[in-house]
Amino acid sequence: MIKSEVVSWFRIQEMFRFDSFHMYGIIGLGVVIAMISIQIIKRKNIKDMEGNAITIPPKDPKQVTRYLVGGTLFGFGWALTGACPGPLFSLAGAGYSIMIVPILSALAGTWVYGKIRPSLPH
Amino acid sequence: MRHACAACVPGDIEFFKYDWKKSGKWNLVFVAGTILGGFIGGWLLSNPDPINISAQTITDLKALGISDFSGMLPSDVFNWENVASTQGIILMIVGGFLVGFGARYAGGCTSGHAITGLADLQLASLLAVIGFFAGGLFITYIIYPFIF
Repeated sequence: MIKSEVVSWFRIQEMFRFDSFHMYGIIGLGVVIAMISIQIIKRKNIKDMEGNAITIPPKDPKQVTRYLVGGTLFGFGWALTGACPGPLFSLAGAGYSIMIVPILSALAGTWVYGKIRPSLPH
Repeated sequence: MRHACAACVPGDIEFFKYDWKKSGKWNLVFVAGTILGGFIGGWLLSNPDPINISAQTITDLKALGISDFSGMLPSDVFNWENVASTQGIILMIVGGFLVGFGARYAGGCTSGHAITGLADLQLASLLAVIGFFAGGLFITYIIYPFIF
């Protein structure tokens, strides 16, 4: 992630301003490779390390609220921090100790979600 | 997708009684690997040149007051001195909180929904990705002028 620069706040800004193909190229390529991999896994019935069939449980698209609202909230955070959860850890490892702050607040956000989940529309 | 999403914010696994210890261990190993990878890629093998983003982006960001383009993120904004300022709180604390909360509510982040979900042709993931971009664009275009 570091070498492709997807962890960079600058790249995320560039993406939201549509000033370069870079991020779209990386995400697009990821989707293509994932599509191919998923097809191979499904058709060849590939098993995981414990011998179980690999399945991708389908998500219920009728849960519109959670995907749109949750997605938008995540999008807010994405533009503010310039990072998704993975990059937060990646950057911390790369020496950006300040990322400990959003990591901790992300954990807080996750915990709060767990706490109020029963009262949220899904 | 659930594991890719759970791997995104793994530290919470211990908080939730309904999560399995089995998947929890894998996630923590994954995170440890991400941190290690960050260290190797970003520290040991770091690229000394400034990041090669588009000139238009640099112009726009400079207009907002950013001047340090040498790293992966603007250290003139993301630093310990700035954490307690309004700007710092919004970007780092509120931002981080929304990433954690939003990812769990949506049941995934960009790897879970944008990559795996779309590749598996899941409509739910398309909804999530629409949300991601709607949120990101709103912050970038409407909110940023107020933060910077």
